[in-house]
Amino acid sequence: MRARVLLSLLAVALVAAPFVVSGYLVSVLIVALYFAYVGQAWNIMMGFAGQLSLGHALYVGLGAYTAAALFVQSGVPPWLGLIAAIIVAMAFAAAIGFLAFRFGISGVYFALLTIAFAEFTRIGFDHFGWVGASAGLFLPVSQRSGSDLLALRGTPTMFYYVILALAAGAFALSRWLLTSRIGFYWMAIREDQDAAQALGIDTFRYKLAAVVVSAAMTSIAGVFFAFYYNNLFPEQIFSIGRSIEIILGPIIGGLGTLFGPVLGAFVLQLLAEALREGVSALGLEIPGLTQVFYGVCLLVVVMFLPNGVWPPIARRLRL
Amino acid sequence: MLRVEGLDLFYGDAQALDGVTFEVKEREIVAVVGANGAGKSSLIRTIHGMHRPRAGSIRFEGRDIVGQPSHRICELGIGQVAEGRQIFPSLTVLENLEMGAALRRARAQEKASLERVFGLFPRLAERRRQAAGTLSGGEQQMLAIGRCLMGCPRLVMFDEPSLGLAPIVVYDVFEVIRRLNREEGITVVLVEQNVAQSLRFADRGYVIENGRIVMEGSGPALLADDGIRRAYVGL
Repeated sequence: MRARVLLSLLAVALVAAPFVVSGYLVSVLIVALYFAYVGQAWNIMMGFAGQLSLGHALYVGLGAYTAAALFVQSGVPPWLGLIAAIIVAMAFAAAIGFLAFRFGISGVYFALLTIAFAEFTRIGFDHFGWVGASAGLFLPVSQRSGSDLLALRGTPTMFYYVILALAAGAFALSRWLLTSRIGFYWMAIREDQDAAQALGIDTFRYKLAAVVVSAAMTSIAGVFFAFYYNNLFPEQIFSIGRSIEIILGPIIGGLGTLFGPVLGAFVLQLLAEALREGVSALGLEIPGLTQVFYGVCLLVVVMFLPNGVWPPIARRLRL
Repeated sequence: MLRVEGLDLFYGDAQALDGVTFEVKEREIVAVVGANGAGKSSLIRTIHGMHRPRAGSIRFEGRDIVGQPSHRICELGIGQVAEGRQIFPSLTVLENLEMGAALRRARAQEKASLERVFGLFPRLAERRRQAAGTLSGGEQQMLAIGRCLMGCPRLVMFDEPSLGLAPIVVYDVFEVIRRLNREEGITVVLVEQNVAQSLRFADRGYVIENGRIVMEGSGPALLADDGIRRAYVGL
């Protein structure tokens, strides 16, 4: 009951935000919601099923490039491109998951494999002429008179509501998955894979499902990224730094929880932005400051709140 | 019921099982005893589809199950209570038990199975809402057995159920296994380091050394064997 009231308050605040706050703050909120969304997607794989991916930028990049290239080269509308993007990401995820789980690669070695695939793909795209190779892929930006949701062209406010809807959808899906049979099996696999197997849970199938679902969701974020930023470079979108950014939110917020990825993304992005603003207000320019800040946050959480920020807050609120 | 023939298992170049042959008849209690590292756990895990043998056959009710994935083997009615109990510590007792009913063959009977397990282990019923990690060692072992029963197995392989338990609790665990065998007709494969107690308890026994079955016979006969008494029982 309390949880429902708080959740409704949060929803109302987020829906009303663009009417209240400045355009600058809306753009900060877009980034925060973006990370809340991808964090939620990554959390399904790591937080629910216990499979560590350090290469989730792969699926962001694949989603972004698939939809953007189809749009730029063939005029395929973004919502159709989205379906293609999801299919491509799921195919990659299925291939990686199949290789890893069929041959019993797990733990750290699985994480290394996810990095390797993200890196292969980055290098591949650097030489992939059809999508602009290392010179990048640019979406045509025309003067916007209004918002066109079908073409995914419009004002930041439109993008704000798109990413808000995505984040809410990811939250609802995660919630449903957690209480479903498959969520139950994921929990068993995360807690003790051997035991799950001994009980007759098809660990191969459910681990694969976690990877594929997570990749599909992440690729949607990629499509959003492409149409919001309008330019894509393999060196940026597939970089391991991006993968790390994705996982910071859920880790700091609380792995395996529903609110953790949301809370973590907001705390990190809002604080990082405040820090950037504060430093530039002092007339300083410190490159890499955000990364240092992320590192400090991670250090503090790991040392003092190993389960993340959310669980103690949930206890305090008696949720 | 279960027939293993000429089973060879390798971990890389190291041979863990060497031509293991043994048989379990319906409603029997068969003990496989041996020292640490003799290959007992490897044997159970191989039967359960967790390792792929290099050679040999495993037949369950006449059907070869080598190469089948674990969940299929479970569906056939072979359950396993793994070494070190392997309960899910952060889940409640009830959730642990529900997890045991993941098999298709067990889903319809989940309610009845739960009643049955709570009947066998009243302590688990009392503590159903408690996190499994907070149970005592003996209770955790009971939970592991109960969870296995939730899958409605007809044959259960117990891997060192006495490990790390106080003697009085070991006695209880063995008593439960005997009841399952007598009253519910569950066939039992018991793998143990606790040689004297398990041979006294089993209908038949096999002695495994360095991955090889070196002796077999009825429990009492093996117990009376001088070599075994010297090597394992310490008399």
